[in-house]
Amino acid sequence: MTTASRPFVPHAVGTAMPRPEGPQKVRGTARYTVETPGSDALYLFPVQAGVARGRVTAIDTSAAEALEGVVAVLTHENAPRLAREADADHGVLQSSTIHQHGQYLAAVLATSSESAREAASLVSVEVVEEPHAAVLDEDSPDLYTPEALVVGVTDDTRGDPEAALAASAVTLRRTYRTPMEHHQPLEPHATVACWEDGRLVVHDATQAVSWTRQALAAAFGLDESDVDVVAQHVGGGFGSKGGTHPNTMLTALAAQAVPGRSVRYALTRQQMFDLVGYRPATVQHVALGADREGRLTAITHDVVDQGSKIGEFVEPAAAFSRGMYAAETRRTTHRVVPLDIGVPTFMRAPGEAPGSFAGECAMDELAIELGIDPIELRLRNEPEVDPESGLPYSSRNLVACLRRGAERFGWADRDPAPRARLVDGWWHGTGVGSASFPVPRFPGSEATIRATGTGDTAGYTVEIAASDIGQGARAALTAIAADALDVGVERIDLRIGDTAFGPAGPAGGSAGTTSWGATIVEAADRFRDKYGDHPEDGDEADAHTPDNPWAGEYSMHAFGAHFVEVAVHADTGEIRVPRMLGVFAAGRIVNPLTARSQFLGGMTWGLSAALHEESVLDDRFGHVVNRDFAGYHVATNADVGTLDVEWLDEDDPYVNPMGTKGIGEIGIVGVAAAIANAAYHATGVRVRSLPITLDAFL
Amino acid sequence: MKLDLTLTVDGHHHSLTVDTRTTVLDALREHLDITSPKKGCDHGQCGACTVLLDGRRTLSCLSLAVAHDGAEITTADGLAPDGELHPLQQAFVDHDAYQCGYCTPGQICSAVGMLDEAAHGAPSVVTDDLTGDVRLDRAEIAERLSGNLCRCGAYAHIVDAVEQVAR
Repeated sequence: MTTASRPFVPHAVGTAMPRPEGPQKVRGTARYTVETPGSDALYLFPVQAGVARGRVTAIDTSAAEALEGVVAVLTHENAPRLAREADADHGVLQSSTIHQHGQYLAAVLATSSESAREAASLVSVEVVEEPHAAVLDEDSPDLYTPEALVVGVTDDTRGDPEAALAASAVTLRRTYRTPMEHHQPLEPHATVACWEDGRLVVHDATQAVSWTRQALAAAFGLDESDVDVVAQHVGGGFGSKGGTHPNTMLTALAAQAVPGRSVRYALTRQQMFDLVGYRPATVQHVALGADREGRLTAITHDVVDQGSKIGEFVEPAAAFSRGMYAAETRRTTHRVVPLDIGVPTFMRAPGEAPGSFAGECAMDELAIELGIDPIELRLRNEPEVDPESGLPYSSRNLVACLRRGAERFGWADRDPAPRARLVDGWWHGTGVGSASFPVPRFPGSEATIRATGTGDTAGYTVEIAASDIGQGARAALTAIAADALDVGVERIDLRIGDTAFGPAGPAGGSAGTTSWGATIVEAADRFRDKYGDHPEDGDEADAHTPDNPWAGEYSMHAFGAHFVEVAVHADTGEIRVPRMLGVFAAGRIVNPLTARSQFLGGMTWGLSAALHEESVLDDRFGHVVNRDFAGYHVATNADVGTLDVEWLDEDDPYVNPMGTKGIGEIGIVGVAAAIANAAYHATGVRVRSLPITLDAFL
Repeated sequence: MKLDLTLTVDGHHHSLTVDTRTTVLDALREHLDITSPKKGCDHGQCGACTVLLDGRRTLSCLSLAVAHDGAEITTADGLAPDGELHPLQQAFVDHDAYQCGYCTPGQICSAVGMLDEAAHGAPSVVTDDLTGDVRLDRAEIAERLSGNLCRCGAYAHIVDAVEQVAR
């Protein structure tokens, strides 16, 4: 373990900095994956399975191969073999077995995108269909208990919550449901792959070039040093570009058939609903027990998740209830119903987003039951230490967020009576929801700092294989490097997005800035220890991500509170959100300009989840029916009312040298609950299932 | 089937031969390596491909190239000749009216087209007075830019940026 030997003194950190890549982005000259220059690249278009389960019995590619411009057609019969038995999701074109609707069955390589697509339509596939399951049924005999969550145990029980519920003055038992949702970053997943002399060079739309390299090296039996992965500009990710999906494997596999030539594959928007992950649907049973004063005696949160038979991701929705409020007894559980569908994955605030919908709606319902103001109910259940770990918090300012938000929003004047404010044909109401998100740190990043030039004007090249998916890593890490080296930002030349810079953790888990920033600070310290502040040209130091010495001593979370106003049309049930306020306590804010964007973006995601997003699975075929932006609605500009964001000054010396907590995800947590709570306040109708649509109010 | 055509893009003249199925978007991106307009959905649902075609904002993914022989196209890159940012582009940078940047060239072309439409008195669904001058308040801007999706959720800052220029 190493620790920074100098205090981190913020100068650039805390000062608004426009994105260095901003001029390129507004002109459109920032190049995203599929725009990687290369004139003789081949276009890939896939053939996909139309059944959820079965077997390919015959595949005829002759018509496709005869089409002008077609260079190759790969199927499971002629595709190169992967080096190991990859899991079913990554084992593309390795067998005749069909595990999910949309699975790749063949890939056409052609000199134009039009030819590739036409040829794919000419591939004839005969399939024997087998019975499948695609319905999330809590009573399914296949329901199972996963071994563990990504972070934490599957189930956690403290005391005897059922006995406490039975003995409570007030008991609330409710079931909440959240739907399957798809990330749908505006840049579709894309890969450009080329094999040159046994080396695999890949441009990939990924949140983690290192993870992509790792997955490719494993599947193709290569040393990681024989795989290069580059991602300079990534058009959003939100989790779907965290893991490596079959599309990247397919492109690399197809490129193996045409060594020396690049193969390009950008998914269509429709394909984005098949193979690159989703947030699984949840059924959440929540019970709260309380005394008459609103002190919680029991919290139970039992979750059943939609899952896949070919890979496991457990949406850790009940984990939200492990640390949010104090209670003498508690139970949180997760079960999964495995289905013949694609593999779910992390999606912005995994666990917290759907879990907070249930948890924060339940708190609102309990407040109404008790006749206590919902903010006051939360204040009465503020824990002194983290209820899950028993550790003190490095900082916890939920109460301050709630109080400040209440003041700014004008909560004091609120009449708690539901269905009491009809203005010009619209029922108006207000609601609140709390937010929390942990402060994780990914190990294993590497940063290198090198002086260019000498003396007081020396520049510093800072290399780390971070990904900027829109969160603003270029600006944030430039500021952190400048402060760690105690120089102006103009002297920093930050280079990211390339495995040539060594391993690095992902842009994910709200942990990018913590993980990469702590690594850069460590490298800067070593550099200054070695060369002082007047280096010679070429002086160089590197560092790995240091451990956090306080990791086992404190519980580290960001907190926030959302306040919203909802209007529901009395005749049509149309629901609008004219006003939202988010107040956050998330440590030191590195770049106020881009941080505000992240909070606003999270809140807009919360609004979108509350009112719009739902992937509708047709259980007859196991595919998403509303597979484009006409069917899968995300919030548009006109859906967003007045958004207001504030963050509290928070000095947390334990999280990392910079004092930062992640801010990419907390903005979404609690929003859907606040909107549902406001909708109840407006109309007297309690909606416990997302998205909240107008039919609920008719 | 392939046909010859000419396009003037950002002031530069191009002659090209394209498949009759090729969209204006693919002609730009795949034939001319002009990647400022983005492909987000290829179905006219997201707006990332928006360009100014003969002066009007147009979804280039829904326009067949062969139907626009001789057209004049301006992309977001063409709004910044010699690298000098258009006031809207500068406003986007100043207000951080984007995150990942993928929808941004389309947002900017759309906003330029929209400002022109408003200046010519074109009403929107939220305009009260259908015949008078258009006053571009936040609701008008948001409504008129709702054909351009931003999955990062930068809408609030996009309206800030456009409002500054519309003033």
